[in-house]
Amino acid sequence: MNLLEIKNLSLFKDGRPILNNLSMDIWAGHVHAIIGPNGAGKSTLANTIMGLSGYRDFEGDILFEGESIAPLSVDERARRGITLLFQEPARFEGLGVSQFILAGAKGASQALAEESLAKVGLTPAKYLTRAVDKTLSGGERKRIELASIWAMKPRLVLMDEPDSGVDIDSVNYIFAIIKELQQAGSTVVLITHSPEVLRHADHAFLICAGTLVDKGEMSRMFDYFNGKCIPCVHVGQPVVDIDAQTLTSA
Amino acid sequence: MPNMTSAEKEQLLAELLASINQHKFEPDIAHIEIHGNQVLNKNLVEGLIVESETLEDGVKVRIRVLRGFTLKNPVHFCFGLIPDNGVQRIITDTVIEEGAHARFIANCTFPNAVNVQHLMNATITVEKGASLSYFERHTHGPEGGVTIVPITKVHICEDGRFSTEFELIKGAAGVIELDYAAEVDANATVDMMTRIFGRFSDRIHIREAAHLAGPGSTGVLTSHIALKNSATATIENELVADAPYARGHVDCKEIVQDKARARAIPIVQVNNHLAHVTHEAAIGSVDSKQLETLLSRGLTEDEATDMIIQGLLS
Repeated sequence: MNLLEIKNLSLFKDGRPILNNLSMDIWAGHVHAIIGPNGAGKSTLANTIMGLSGYRDFEGDILFEGESIAPLSVDERARRGITLLFQEPARFEGLGVSQFILAGAKGASQALAEESLAKVGLTPAKYLTRAVDKTLSGGERKRIELASIWAMKPRLVLMDEPDSGVDIDSVNYIFAIIKELQQAGSTVVLITHSPEVLRHADHAFLICAGTLVDKGEMSRMFDYFNGKCIPCVHVGQPVVDIDAQTLTSA
Repeated sequence: MPNMTSAEKEQLLAELLASINQHKFEPDIAHIEIHGNQVLNKNLVEGLIVESETLEDGVKVRIRVLRGFTLKNPVHFCFGLIPDNGVQRIITDTVIEEGAHARFIANCTFPNAVNVQHLMNATITVEKGASLSYFERHTHGPEGGVTIVPITKVHICEDGRFSTEFELIKGAAGVIELDYAAEVDANATVDMMTRIFGRFSDRIHIREAAHLAGPGSTGVLTSHIALKNSATATIENELVADAPYARGHVDCKEIVQDKARARAIPIVQVNNHLAHVTHEAAIGSVDSKQLETLLSRGLTEDEATDMIIQGLLS
């Protein structure tokens, strides 16, 4: 079943196409990866799905559970169950870790904040009294971002470069929570150009210059990293893919 | 308490005393309550001397923390005026004697103010190796109606530490003319912080200044201001480093909404090549990345903005 459908999506910046007639289906309950070189349009795609400022004027359509979300604001999309892990999370002076984690889980108790921190390997007693500010390391900040996503229980999580700027311990916790989110019923889309991250997906899309050039099972997609586009073995190749049912049964 | 009958005054004072007595301070916690020009209540602890003198429109207070004493608990001061108009002038002379350590918490309450002036003139001396932490919280009514003029001069002697926090988040600020200046001797430290939420037609003028006069002295001046409606604010932070190894930082952040206006004037001056002073100032609307992060968790724009401002002012 398609949770998200991207239909003929084009987005221009300064007259230049960043996304170019892009179509893809995101199946519910799977971990998808969107891979491609720097500047391919991966983050632009995530920002456009989330509806961030500067990414709302596009051609085509984005359907969530069969309904267009194009007219919806960021918070309206979030309340439908879509959220985004930013590549470089914002820091908030004075805002408590607990308050931040529970921001997307209205009415939730402190126990959920503690559970969410534990999920990402951070000791609640050590972090709940701190602020989401510059005193946190990049890895801590990213794990707290993930804790807030865990507390939100989203339907669809877009993760933009989830491993960027984090140490090896943090990366392992990030990989673990990707799996746990999937097991809890969330659909995950990983935006990455890291083969390590790609290993945690079960299906991938390769985009280049804002265009979908290939999609399919993971094993096929590692060719991209092996070849590093030189020579490109994907562009011009027919898109060969399996369906969600086949992948699930495999 | 002008324009009040004596019966009204007595009733008001009785209510105030009853309110004060609701706060169950333990015997080892020092507290002083001043309403208008009267000291209503006072409890002192060993090592603390507080002498007061009634003025026509306020109170003169002399505070001493004796040499070598460390006050275990914070000393609580309560200043205020219950009527909707009047003047409260507080003149204080505070000395934290050599090697003594104290924390003061002042609550200033003007819940019904329509035309109230709260004028504070303070001199503070933190002697060698002593420390004082001073936290002042204002709670105003919704109408503004208060003019707050705290003028404070601080001398921090060698190895001394002084930190001050001024908070006005609840109620309308009214008019604030805050002027803090510190002289910082060798290896002494000053840390000043102001957190104010201005609303409606509030007018806020903050001046925080520190002179890092002694070698190894340090200073941090921080102002976090949020403004909405038609409130205006001017923040002047001045940090001058004259001595070797003096270190200082000025941090001014102002969030402006609606038709509010803000101005920041950071002045940093270094007169010794071994000193180092930095500053950062940011004025504008709520940071878009912070906002979009919270929006992507499902908060509305108003909810997200409130959360960011609460954080800045916390």
